[in-house]
Amino acid sequence: MIFVEDKNLVVPGDVLADDEYHTGRGTFKEGNKICSSLVGLVAVRDKKISVIPLQSKYIPKRGDVVIGEITDIRFSMWNLDINSPYSGFLPASDVFGKEKRDLSKAFDVGDVLFLRVVDVDEVKKVKLGLKGRGLGKFRGGILIYITPTKVPRLIGKKGSMINMIKDETKCDIIVGQNGVVWVKGKPEMERIAERVINMIEDQAHTSGLTDRVRNMLYELLGKEIEDEEEVPEPDIEEG
Amino acid sequence: MVMTMVSIVPEITRRSITELIRKGERADGRSPDDYRDIELEVGIIEKAEGSARVKMGNTQIMIGIKPQIGEPFADTPNVGVLMTNSELLPMASPTFEPGPPDERSVELARVTDRCLREGKVIDLEKLCIIEGEKVWMIFLDLHVLDYDGNLMDAAVLGSVAAILNTKIPTAKVENDKIVIDEENFMELPIKETPLMCTFAKIGGELVIDPSLDEENIMDARISIGMREDGSICAMQKGGEMPFTNEEIIKAIGITSQKTGELRKHLK
Repeated sequence: MIFVEDKNLVVPGDVLADDEYHTGRGTFKEGNKICSSLVGLVAVRDKKISVIPLQSKYIPKRGDVVIGEITDIRFSMWNLDINSPYSGFLPASDVFGKEKRDLSKAFDVGDVLFLRVVDVDEVKKVKLGLKGRGLGKFRGGILIYITPTKVPRLIGKKGSMINMIKDETKCDIIVGQNGVVWVKGKPEMERIAERVINMIEDQAHTSGLTDRVRNMLYELLGKEIEDEEEVPEPDIEEG
Repeated sequence: MVMTMVSIVPEITRRSITELIRKGERADGRSPDDYRDIELEVGIIEKAEGSARVKMGNTQIMIGIKPQIGEPFADTPNVGVLMTNSELLPMASPTFEPGPPDERSVELARVTDRCLREGKVIDLEKLCIIEGEKVWMIFLDLHVLDYDGNLMDAAVLGSVAAILNTKIPTAKVENDKIVIDEENFMELPIKETPLMCTFAKIGGELVIDPSLDEENIMDARISIGMREDGSICAMQKGGEMPFTNEEIIKAIGITSQKTGELRKHLK
């Protein structure tokens, strides 16, 4: 017996189903009833019922790619803020190998890096690494913060949503699993991308989002094109 | 030792905001001398004699006023008392901590207090009941509910609105005793409506009503309190870098225009 439908909004304590279903994320069992422990949307997959929170904090997971800011330099590592209750660290050996060098010459406080979560231990110490394609320091661009549960929605099915924004705005966009988004392109295009991304975060729980995002992009860009009619747009090289 | 939590601003964010401001634009699409959307509600706390809630963009402050009869200060025996306190609630920002008031909270309360007191919002002499013995004391409490930069302008605007909204019971002297008439209320005796404008200096340019992102990267800040006739009643400078004469004169010019626009919210 199930008392809610897929994508219903629930609050903590709402009874979702009885014990013929399995408990998923964001739920708990009280007697033989399954209840929500979060404010969020119900997701029913086969016999498993879970609640996807409307807002969340990023909990580091091994293998995630994240965007982090350097907050401190220690003797042999950098400390990074990864938009999470837990801070991460990047060992100097990961960058220099066995060589001993001045850490601040490679990355300084305030630098923004694209990293991979190498390991998370029992006390949530987050070890980060830079080994992998495309990982490293960002130069230029802007940062946008969204709630980490909305990241899959921003990326879309097989990257459909994010690719549409990339194609329309001609911006480079990188999304970290921790809800930090890096955008680089022409300044006015960066602003458009920012507005669209904030709109997606706002309306991530509604359906028909892709179409609305497309319309919004066309509207914002349509204005831009009218403004620049006299000046032929120069070709922009990707990357 | 007092340690204020310093938030580290990513270098690329600092650069993108500074470059936009150098071009005369801002990250949220405003022009350098635009305020964010302002919402002002009064009389929202039933139990307080006067109250207001002000929203400036995402910054939100609640203001409550309670009157009390007390003894005047010895050097001003015939003058009522106005006291301002501020509270930075931890839910307003990750950098606000519970505990004794920190530097920012004290500064906010003092600057607001100075702007209200020196701006002569209330005719405090009319709050005297028995000279040298009993006067009305007006306690004004600022509760910061949400912090997104520029607390001072919001605090002053909200405080003035709350003071205009306040009705205190009338007090009479009968046979050397004070009788409070809880049936008849009087408005506070208002003289002026001073307001405040805050500017941040970023990349050598002045921007009004800085947001939190802008406050985090600003070189310096200046707040100017002004009465309706254009006279200055308070000024506070913050940050590490200096201002030039021209910058301050420019800021005063914008303030006299912008306080006029802000004053429309009080009506």
